[in-house]
Amino acid sequence: MNRPEHNAGTSIHQASFISGQALSIPTLRVLNDDGVVIDGAQMPQIDQALALRIYDTMAYIRVLDERMVSAQRQGRVSFYMTCKGEEASIIGSAAGLSDDDMIMAQYREHAAIRYRGFTSDNFMNQLFSNGKDLGKGRQMPIHYGSNELNYMTISSPLATQIPQATGYAYGQRLQGRDAITMCYFGEGAASEGDFHAGLNMAAVLKAPTIFYCRNNGYAISTSTDEQFAGDGIAPRGVGYGIETMRVDGNDCLAVLLAVQTAREYVLAHNKPVLIEAMSYRLGAHSTSDDPSGYRSKEEEELWAKIDGVLRFKAWMQAQGWWTQEQDDALYAKYREEVLNALKVAEKVAPPTLNELVSDVYSDVPTHLQQQLSELKQHIAKYPAHYPAAKESH
Amino acid sequence: MAQMNLLHAINNALDLAMEKNDKVLCFGEDVGHFGGVFRSTSGLQDKYGKERCFNTPLTEQGIIGFANGLAAQGSVPIAEIQFADYIFPAFDQIVNETAKFRYRSGNEFNVGSLVIRTPYGGGIAGGLYHSQSPEAYFTGTPGIKVVVPRNPHQAKGLLLASINDDNPVVFFEPKRLYRASIGEVPEEAYEIELGKAEVVSAGSDVTLLGWGAQMEYIEKASDMAKEIGISCEVVDLRTLLPWDVETIAQSVTKTGRLIISHEAPLTGGFAGEISATISEKCFLHLESPISRVCGLDTPYPLIQEKEYIADHLKIFEAIKASVNF
Repeated sequence: MNRPEHNAGTSIHQASFISGQALSIPTLRVLNDDGVVIDGAQMPQIDQALALRIYDTMAYIRVLDERMVSAQRQGRVSFYMTCKGEEASIIGSAAGLSDDDMIMAQYREHAAIRYRGFTSDNFMNQLFSNGKDLGKGRQMPIHYGSNELNYMTISSPLATQIPQATGYAYGQRLQGRDAITMCYFGEGAASEGDFHAGLNMAAVLKAPTIFYCRNNGYAISTSTDEQFAGDGIAPRGVGYGIETMRVDGNDCLAVLLAVQTAREYVLAHNKPVLIEAMSYRLGAHSTSDDPSGYRSKEEEELWAKIDGVLRFKAWMQAQGWWTQEQDDALYAKYREEVLNALKVAEKVAPPTLNELVSDVYSDVPTHLQQQLSELKQHIAKYPAHYPAAKESH
Repeated sequence: MAQMNLLHAINNALDLAMEKNDKVLCFGEDVGHFGGVFRSTSGLQDKYGKERCFNTPLTEQGIIGFANGLAAQGSVPIAEIQFADYIFPAFDQIVNETAKFRYRSGNEFNVGSLVIRTPYGGGIAGGLYHSQSPEAYFTGTPGIKVVVPRNPHQAKGLLLASINDDNPVVFFEPKRLYRASIGEVPEEAYEIELGKAEVVSAGSDVTLLGWGAQMEYIEKASDMAKEIGISCEVVDLRTLLPWDVETIAQSVTKTGRLIISHEAPLTGGFAGEISATISEKCFLHLESPISRVCGLDTPYPLIQEKEYIADHLKIFEAIKASVNF
């Protein structure tokens, strides 16, 4: 029911619009394009140990992405997606959380699960769908998840995690947990109905959620000017009555500051926050995509110049916390570690055939036991045709 | 005649439809300049402009709701859902709106000009969310037609018939065959009648029935059966809703045996509906129980895809079991 005060406030007596472009939301920046702290900028809470953990994750993800794109080209994995260009946004935001906070991501946020402690073996077992994959080889590469690390397993359908994050956070609040839910999604996914449902419900039901929109310029080939007509995603938060901030996603310190501030607010007020991080998908959508068909090299180069990893590294060096020698050594260490883990994981046996029918329900119902048994009999007749025939029973 | 793969055939059908009628519009995610993630709308924006072939925002429910509005207004929308696995946000618009528009208004309004194109099916290492065959969710929805082509020639003729049909059609394209299936396709426009099955090859011992990409496995199994002296009649259903009971009943009356095969899980699959109807129509002619060779009752797997698929070997075993019953 509308309240009388809606009519009692300011009124106008000539028909006029509020412009659809009236709400122009500024962008929080701490570092300039060269990685120097802007005069008067508020600093996030960060010490050398935290900075090193962030940078370590950045280097690792760069190595992992580079290595796995090559592995896909060599035919060793079927598919891959990088988070190239968005490392500062994803890692900086993950670093602003507590490890108890639940992360519900879209699919390009593996830097966040790495920040939480996902190991090279964890990554490789998932990418190679082997028997040690936590997801039991059931999903395409990059669909990571870990209960232990409070990182919800990725689902390919877009935006479905947004209202789920609202529900998860509402439960956290009711149970008095000192934890929130961090929900990542892209600016393309924000066009889905689930986005609107999730944000509105979070505002109305007071769910302690940070909605973190990675505005990276593209949904596969569709650029933002074909995705929305307004000033990005941020003004929508205001429309739902949600505290909203826009941040330079290539500025790791600004992202960290935004998320630290948001987390404090969310916990203190039991209300959601929307953050829109402005960045750029420097890589292809996936290894199945070729961006040269829809955007220019010049555009990519402009964004590569203000890359968030380079800016954060420059800031670290200026602090006297990092040297080029350390950098070379770190990259070399991770190149070796990732390659070794890859070689091990691709030789690990796939999940057994029994896993085909497990987890459909909490127990395997009779009809699935029957179907599995018939399948095994069939495979025994044609062992050369089915990889599962090689299983030792 | 020209050699075309299934994608070219679809693209060619869309091109001809847009050329003939400027009310025809093609849209969906990445459909415009890029030509779709599979390139089935390649070149159409260049040829017909951004107002007739365009990218939509990323919202399936929006795409189909928008398409329903266009169709009600008198345009001819051809909406693409990038993967059939992602059609479910649009389920409400399709089931409660598209399918009931005409009926609920006493035909004051209808969305008969609408075609929803969507790639479906497995065999491409796509796992849970790039492999599903959701046709049976739609065959339970009176008011829409459901069509699935098996090769380039069929795809072009059935798509043009779907566009010209005065009823909304959900058109499932077998993405595994997009580039793999190549064949002779007439360059001019032609239609293949909806609601009619096709007897692909005549036989006397057992009827093998399927649709879409599954026809490849069925034909392969039929060849294997031939080598051991079993004669199969291979039938492509082509339209699942409304389906051609008469052709299937005639075939089963002749052969006395029926095997139905689809990619989707067994339980609740469309084979169950066919089986029930044919056992009513042909009960006294049946020599063995109607059997179904389908996906297992699990989500579509990734690493165990080869084991999961209702392949030619499983169909071949079912043929032997049916004949030796």
